[in-house]
Amino acid sequence: MTAYLIRRTLQSIATLFIVSIITFGLLHLMPNGVVRGMLGQKATPQQITYLTHKLGLDQHLWTQYWIWLKKLLHGDLGTSYIRNQTVSDLIRETLGQSAYLVGLALLITILLAVPIGVLQATRRNTATDYTITTLSFVGYAVPVFFIGPILREIFQVKLHWIPTANQIDSFHSLLVQPEQTVLPVLSLVIGLVAGYSRYMRSSMLDELTQDYVRTATAKGATKRRVLYKHVLRNAMIPMATLVGLSLPGLVGGALLVEQIFNIQGMGLLTIQAAQQNDFVIVLGTTMLTAVVTVIGSLVADISYAALDPRVRLT
Amino acid sequence: MTMSPVFPEQGDAAIPTDQMLGLAPAEKPRSMFRRGLEVFLENKLAVVALGVLIFYVLFCFFGPLLYHGNTTDVQMGEITKPPGAGHPLGTDNDGVDVLGKLMKAGQITLEVGIVSGLLASVIGMLYGAVAGFVGGWIDSVMMRAIDALMSIPIIFALIYLAATRGRTKTVFILAIALTSWFSLTRLTRGDTLTVKVRDYVAACRMMGGRNWRIIARHILPNTIGTTIVNTSLTVANSVFALSVLSYIGLGLQAPNDDWGGMFAAGTSYMDQGYWWMIYPSGVSIVLIIISCNFIGDALRDAFETRLQKR
Repeated sequence: MTAYLIRRTLQSIATLFIVSIITFGLLHLMPNGVVRGMLGQKATPQQITYLTHKLGLDQHLWTQYWIWLKKLLHGDLGTSYIRNQTVSDLIRETLGQSAYLVGLALLITILLAVPIGVLQATRRNTATDYTITTLSFVGYAVPVFFIGPILREIFQVKLHWIPTANQIDSFHSLLVQPEQTVLPVLSLVIGLVAGYSRYMRSSMLDELTQDYVRTATAKGATKRRVLYKHVLRNAMIPMATLVGLSLPGLVGGALLVEQIFNIQGMGLLTIQAAQQNDFVIVLGTTMLTAVVTVIGSLVADISYAALDPRVRLT
Repeated sequence: MTMSPVFPEQGDAAIPTDQMLGLAPAEKPRSMFRRGLEVFLENKLAVVALGVLIFYVLFCFFGPLLYHGNTTDVQMGEITKPPGAGHPLGTDNDGVDVLGKLMKAGQITLEVGIVSGLLASVIGMLYGAVAGFVGGWIDSVMMRAIDALMSIPIIFALIYLAATRGRTKTVFILAIALTSWFSLTRLTRGDTLTVKVRDYVAACRMMGGRNWRIIARHILPNTIGTTIVNTSLTVANSVFALSVLSYIGLGLQAPNDDWGGMFAAGTSYMDQGYWWMIYPSGVSIVLIIISCNFIGDALRDAFETRLQKR
């Protein structure tokens, strides 16, 4: 286990290192250079010279990378000169809402997708299985930005089941209006359940063909016991990896949901920043998500290895 | 005693043919594509999906030849008219004809989706084949780079690329292509690893075949099935990505916008009940994405050798 742990962690560090190089490269892709990107179009030559020197941009590229990386490791993602705030502060203000939405959606998805997958696997190739498969195909293909406005129209505008929201611009404002999380989370869950239940179904089917199932049945375990005590537990292990892998997609989904339901989270921050050509913020949130994803898949893989000893050997 | 069927004319100088010796195949062997096509056509859902896709291509690219609606001019006298005479799908908030606009916007969506999907497939296929073939530390570095790229949310990367490089069709084609080849690369690399240890690759090398020849003649043809399957899924994802960008207002700008832009404009009038501004473009996006997914699924059944009917 230790050897696997070390190997996998080193791999993640290598990945993070490459992420930092890519992000640094993207930073230098900014039109008219980083400084103009930060200061905006109306910057005076004096301001540009000053900031160029202050940021060390007149130095060698590798020195710049080193300085940038050191700042990054201290949690300094740069400063938005358009908003006159540091990117880390802006992220701190918005991350809570986004993480809450994503976390809740993920939790509900797993609670729904596991039973659906089990149901499909145990009733394989029956009408139930086919119906759910077709539904999940539709759920998977219908984009969040299509479902979201329709849900809002039906439940908020037509049926008035959910009152109009007060402005959601902090984690607290989201917590005191729990009804406002229903539709955003539901929009995310529909697509996610479709994908996750497909995965759970095939994972169950894989496990059902294993030898231990026959062994358990042979020693007299009931069908129920085999299914829930043996198969289900093993079938759920690969879900850990799936959660790790679907993080970037989830953050993308959250971005859309925040736009649709006007929740001032990290996604909406990114969209607004891009509209104002405030690239430092866009890059900051991108970088953060990438780091979270790498760490997320590391945690997923380690828990996978802890649960399933076979993984460590490969 | 009857004569042996293999040598019917004994004593004759006639040389037995392959047919006689049972060496000739009973029928002409069917090519991979022929077999694949048969499996594909058995899948009714996929055939319908292909029909939908062909319909949309004809509708968007040849429709404007038959139907001329105003798609460019703001006409204040014609705004938000429900479907009726003169405007089969009504008009939008600028007085633009929705049916005509649906065709024009569809051209852009399909063009960006298909071209970037194909481009991504080529990049992904080559990168994966090279990484898998070269192996060693170069392969490790190349694949860690893929891990790193995959951990960056595509939408964020696209927002950044589009915001910094300008919002034009070419930028979107390139940006979407550059951000959607990673999963194909992993699959192709996996295929390459199994192909490169085969005897015929060793034989080719022994006969003096260079690396590029092995990759072009042996590795790539053996991974083409995976690529074809993946291309249809990549096209679906590209259509999705472009629609998302336009929906959040960071995509192509009107009047040259795509279905995502039309849909976004429509949703802001949802409360007024102008359904004809929302559903034509929204449903078109959904239909294209579902169709590409169904086609991809059927292609997987058709081309994945493990699942193939022999």
